[in-house]
Amino acid sequence: MPSFNFDDYDTGGFFDELIRPNGKPRSGSEILVERISELPDEELRLRQDAIDKALLRMGITFTVYGDESGTEKIFPFDLIPRIVQAFEWHHIEAGLKQRIRALNHFIDDIYHDQHIIKEGIIPREMLEKAKSFRPQCVGLKPPHRIWCHITGTDLVRDKDGGIYVLEDNLRCPSGVSYVLQNRSVMKRSFPKIFADSKVRPVIDYPSRLYQTLAHLSPHGKPDPTIVVLTPGIYNSAYYEHSFLAQQMGIPLVQGEDLLVQDDCVYMRNTEGFQQVDVIYRRIDDDFMDPEAFRADSMLGVPGLMRAYRQGNVALANAPGTGVADDKVIYAYVPDMIKFYLNETPSIPNVKTYICEREDDRKYVLEHLSELVVKAANEAGGYGMLIGPHSTKEEQDKFAALIQADPRNYIAQPTLSLSRVPTVVGDHFEGRHVDLRPYVLYGESIWVLPGGLTRVALKKGSLVVNSSQGGGSKDTWVLADLDLAQDQSDVDKVL
Amino acid sequence: MLSRVANSIYWMSRYVERAENIARFIDVTLQVILDQPADTGEQWEPLVRTTGDEEFFLKHYGKFNAANVLQFLSFDRSYTNSILTCLQNARENARTVREAISSESWEQLNAYYHFVKEASTSSNASADPEFYDRVRQHSQLFSGILDATMTRGTGWHFANIGSLIERADKTSRILDVKYFTLLRNVHDIDTTFDDLLWSAVLRSVSGFEMFRKRHHALTVHRVVDFLILDAKFPRTLLYCLEQMLHSLNRIASAVPSEQNKAIIGTKDLIRLLRSLDANTIIDGGMHEFIDSFQSQLNDIGQSINETFFKARSFSSSKVAFGTESGSPETGSMQTQSQSASPSSISIES
Repeated sequence: MPSFNFDDYDTGGFFDELIRPNGKPRSGSEILVERISELPDEELRLRQDAIDKALLRMGITFTVYGDESGTEKIFPFDLIPRIVQAFEWHHIEAGLKQRIRALNHFIDDIYHDQHIIKEGIIPREMLEKAKSFRPQCVGLKPPHRIWCHITGTDLVRDKDGGIYVLEDNLRCPSGVSYVLQNRSVMKRSFPKIFADSKVRPVIDYPSRLYQTLAHLSPHGKPDPTIVVLTPGIYNSAYYEHSFLAQQMGIPLVQGEDLLVQDDCVYMRNTEGFQQVDVIYRRIDDDFMDPEAFRADSMLGVPGLMRAYRQGNVALANAPGTGVADDKVIYAYVPDMIKFYLNETPSIPNVKTYICEREDDRKYVLEHLSELVVKAANEAGGYGMLIGPHSTKEEQDKFAALIQADPRNYIAQPTLSLSRVPTVVGDHFEGRHVDLRPYVLYGESIWVLPGGLTRVALKKGSLVVNSSQGGGSKDTWVLADLDLAQDQSDVDKVL
Repeated sequence: MLSRVANSIYWMSRYVERAENIARFIDVTLQVILDQPADTGEQWEPLVRTTGDEEFFLKHYGKFNAANVLQFLSFDRSYTNSILTCLQNARENARTVREAISSESWEQLNAYYHFVKEASTSSNASADPEFYDRVRQHSQLFSGILDATMTRGTGWHFANIGSLIERADKTSRILDVKYFTLLRNVHDIDTTFDDLLWSAVLRSVSGFEMFRKRHHALTVHRVVDFLILDAKFPRTLLYCLEQMLHSLNRIASAVPSEQNKAIIGTKDLIRLLRSLDANTIIDGGMHEFIDSFQSQLNDIGQSINETFFKARSFSSSKVAFGTESGSPETGSMQTQSQSASPSSISIES
């Protein structure tokens, strides 16, 4: 009889984050697995229902476009968390810090002297053909020479148990608000299991983010005016923009609220104009300033780049960081780590074939049915071919696309993403997950202990994007030192 | 505070107050009908007239009967001032300023919206007095939470002004229409029926009990005096204006207060009310009085818009005023002017 316990749970030959192949819980997951199994089935269902209602009440929803009656859906949340053990987190944390340092060096380098190209590490044409390379940013010197203040790096675990970097997101990574809301919901649903599991807190993220932004204050101005710039309520991440502004206690502005005068940025207030010092912008480079980038943008602020270039306003992230999100550039990150830091990468990349290279292209075209093919500049799970799940026609279509524009495509082996038990009807089934930790680069580099665990809710699916039927889970990073140490870290910033 | 944010808070609060008042109008009408021997249908037409949107109603519904009027005022998505549309507008405004209001008040408004939206899909909610009671409670809960969780800063003052200006408008509307209905029946005076109608008017603004405490016996003059000129009951015209002035004086503006048209207009209207008594108002014609009151109130609304919300250019801090309104019949309600809202959607990674 199916029910919510792990007795009949089948890991299905995949790496399961909570359960060993022999059916026993992994170290660190014992308390959770044991207590959940003891709960009456009805109880678990009630809690899942209560969570769904709470999310709707809090308005943590997506608007379904084109529906007249204003239907909104919650971002599905599954109540079984993913657990990350302390030792493993240390490895992840160190690896992410290393990677972000190298990427920041890279961005600064390519907009200045381009040593990495001159020394032949990255071919010039690879850079020049990156759509997100911004000539407007050449020679820019952001405060403290930090470009990528906020990053959300996508990690995956393959069948072998190893953690790999799947993608770097250095533009406007979203999702951190779900990390915080998921946590608050979980604490209410399972207070005892949570307390006994000794989970590291995530609640200080908004304070850390604020400090990171304040660190950018132009001309070292104390107590700067900081704002969050959003494209508006029609953006799918609008909830997050307002949530972060609210949690930091700073204004949420739209392009129309700002104007540039004498190379300074002001916001239109009821009492007049107020100068803005730091902008956490959640608008892509393209739309940010119609004077400097796309002239047809209605969302941006004309003259913003002028003010930025003069150093009268700081932007996070700096314009131009998107170049590192190019999936071809991604393939060179391990080389960057060696080149700039003279270190070995702690977290490896997924093996990547660059279609621009003739040998790679030949291999990719011959193995389309096994590989995952990605367009270099797409995000959100679009522009992608998952070989083993594709038809012959789809493969032919991608073969043609690759041959027409090889620079725009890379391919990777299809990974066997790890799974986590997930509520499916009246029992648990394994579903594939990834993990997006968030990294802040201010006075030092800080990694939020946790992150967004995205889960592909469709059986067998490997696509975790929310736009493609994905949901999320809370991520529990376990404390190893005494909890007091972590707590005192939090107290320092709150 | 950002002008756009102030504008949204002001309208959020106006729309919540409007939804509540429409529910109050309907509720009291349902009550009155229950106390009448036969439903003559007479009660429904004046209800539509309070909105000033008879034309829209006639075009879309034709007949003044319970089902039509209730659907129109409660759940008609195409009508700008139905309860459902008001809630949708209130919530959209709140959504754009979530960071500027307390989470609790947002959650309440969100729950309120979902409640009304849910009800709109059920077949008989619009005829259920319980529904209008719940709408009123939801609104009151929202204002209570807002009051209990927000700093008395610019944001709160705009919310306060929004609900007060709306409330003054609605109290004047109900008085206008009910007075007209009552006078029509002036020859077949039936004291019981008269009492019933006037007490219904008072009840619709939750004023019956407070009126009784002050006046005991019901007369037209006393009701008029109470609803317009009482300085202590929180839904009267005078009270709303005086509280508005209080909030207006606490909002910093680029314009000095002696040049602030919103403040000047409010002060003028208060001075006018203070110079009147019930006799003068009734002798001079109730409808004419209300009409001029609403027109001046609209001017104040317009001035608030010009003074605080209008995007000014950097160089000229001069503000241009355009004030014209005042129609012979009950005018339509003011609605939020749509600023150019971002229509395209940018892509985020």
